[in-house]
Amino acid sequence: MTRFQTAFTANRSALVCFITAGDGDTAANLDALVEGGADVIELGMPFTDPMADGPAIQAANLRSLAAGTKTADVLRMAEDFRERHPDISLVLMGYANPMVRRGPEWFADAAAKAGVDGVICVDLAPEEDQDLGPALRAKGICPIRLATPTTDAKRLPRVLDGSSGFLYYVSVAGITGKQQAAIGSIEENVARIKQHTDLPVAVGFGVRTPDQAAAIARVADGVVIGSALIDIVAELGNHAPDKLRELVSSLAKAVHDARKDPA
Amino acid sequence: MTEQNLNSFRNQPDERGHFGQFGGRYVAETLMPLILDLEAEYTKAKNDPAFHAEFEDLLTHYVGRPSPMYFAPRLTEELGGAQVWFKRDELNHTGAHKINNCIGQILLAIRMGKTKIIAETGAGQHGVATATVCARFGLPCTIFMGATDVARQAPNVFRMKLLGAEVVPVTSGAATLKDAMNEALRHWVANVHDTFYIIGTAAGPHPYPELVRDFQSVIGTEARAQLLERTGRLPDLLVAAIGGGSNAIGLFHPFLDDPSVKMLGVEAAGHGLDKQHAASLAGGFPGILHGNKTYLLQDEDGQIAEAHSISAGLDYPGIGPEHAWLKETGRVEYTSITDTEALEGFKLLCRTEGIIPALEPSHAIAAVAKVAPTMPKDAIICANLCGRGDKDIFTVAEALGVEM
Ligand SMILES: Cc1ncc(COP(=O)(O)O)c(C=O)c1O
Repeated sequence: MTRFQTAFTANRSALVCFITAGDGDTAANLDALVEGGADVIELGMPFTDPMADGPAIQAANLRSLAAGTKTADVLRMAEDFRERHPDISLVLMGYANPMVRRGPEWFADAAAKAGVDGVICVDLAPEEDQDLGPALRAKGICPIRLATPTTDAKRLPRVLDGSSGFLYYVSVAGITGKQQAAIGSIEENVARIKQHTDLPVAVGFGVRTPDQAAAIARVADGVVIGSALIDIVAELGNHAPDKLRELVSSLAKAVHDARKDPA
Repeated sequence: MTEQNLNSFRNQPDERGHFGQFGGRYVAETLMPLILDLEAEYTKAKNDPAFHAEFEDLLTHYVGRPSPMYFAPRLTEELGGAQVWFKRDELNHTGAHKINNCIGQILLAIRMGKTKIIAETGAGQHGVATATVCARFGLPCTIFMGATDVARQAPNVFRMKLLGAEVVPVTSGAATLKDAMNEALRHWVANVHDTFYIIGTAAGPHPYPELVRDFQSVIGTEARAQLLERTGRLPDLLVAAIGGGSNAIGLFHPFLDDPSVKMLGVEAAGHGLDKQHAASLAGGFPGILHGNKTYLLQDEDGQIAEAHSISAGLDYPGIGPEHAWLKETGRVEYTSITDTEALEGFKLLCRTEGIIPALEPSHAIAAVAKVAPTMPKDAIICANLCGRGDKDIFTVAEALGVEM
């Protein structure tokens, strides 16, 4: 079984947690997410121009860069995480330019050596897969793609082709942050996507509370939390771990138990 | 015939929007379906005589085209070498070449049934041109502009507001053009269903670099015919300033398959190439930003550097992908001009020809001042005077230490 298969087991939904590398005490923050019950970690690679992100994650990117975070640091954080947590899925998420700067093979090799399971490259459309996809697949790393409310049935096969690990359904046509999609539309879209693929479908954007997470967990294979965690790091800096652990515990319980109590 | 086509510099991009290794469509998935729709609609429009007729009618009667081709006698004499001619796109309605592209794109927006327009702007010229066409067609308009640029281009901010646009100051990053483009993209992602993004330069995801080039090519098409008529031959050298590269590609593209015509693109060297500048070809490396692969100012980790130019319109750490390709093929030569040299170019044209140029084409003028003296007197240079300087007089006064 791969780590993704362990995370996305058939009988319950998985909790996917995003934080930005180099923002606060990343090792301690990551440990807190795992202790709280996260099944998959998305570690954000900071970028100067996070075009698809709202104010909270933009600011996290800039805080990290201002603290001097380099690509080598992010890879080291990933490697250290893998040593401490051999069983938790780890995904690097970010923008294309920092990933391809030294060549896709270099990045894929470094990520594989660090024990990374998957990569989400926000601005690498499937149409430009050649820039990273082949290098990742050659090293056994899953290219994880995004589907959105604008990804129609005609386009979906294109998005799915060459993607693996899981599919990330971005429930809102917009940037990361506070907006939320109606649960009805999420349910419909997840069902639509699942007609085209056996990959687990994780849903994110705008999920902040255990109630929202539970509602999504009833209809999807995974729930992604990002800005709500970033907000805690923004507020508490190096003192974020306790509060992160607390929030993630309540989210994990909601997500993992969602299918036990019939909706 | 086939061989001729293969050797042509004018048949880019390929069907995936690539100019050699550059260009492409590097955008978030939310935007992809819309980008594909735009491409399909542009393909239809290109083959629709009614679209061309409306575009040309507006260029003639609203923009004031064709713009004149002007021989600059006193500048030529002072430089003592090649004849210097200017393509006078600063005489267009709104005072720059930007309007050519805005007319084309708003017609596309209307064809696609979009009801709201957004744009980014640096110098404010593209913002003014966008606000202008929005007023002309009665569409609501939101302009994203870096807060730094809002401060240094105050007259254009007021113009946009007079024209009914909402101007959103962007404070992220260095609060200049790059950040304005990020913010416009963020707004667009959240409003794709009804909003059209009028990109102001020949950059961004495919098909923008192609369609902006096509709309701006009216500059080169006119220039070619005007010079043939007035001088009986093709020019020896074309010169144009480069921010994202739209006025330059507009002038160059119709001449690309004329081997005798040399071309010089002029980037902004800011404080100097060893200091902060905006010359992405001279000081950058290929990378991915704002939807396309092109030369970018960036560090060894792929973090984008802050550009600097005295000219807000050139203050951008990237360049349109077709220029990246033209540089690699060697068809076009690129050079750079510092802030100080551009100010000299600005003053030179004011003094010799009675024309106050924008700071962007002042870079082209400064480059002309360097090369013209090295060329014979019967040689012909045509430079793109792509904007007028009214918007810049405050910046120039400050740089010259004059209080107004
Ligand atoms: C007058 C003028 N020229 C040139 C530029 C630079 O753009 P481009 O390189 O696309 O022509 C601008 C941009 O604002 C401008 O206002």
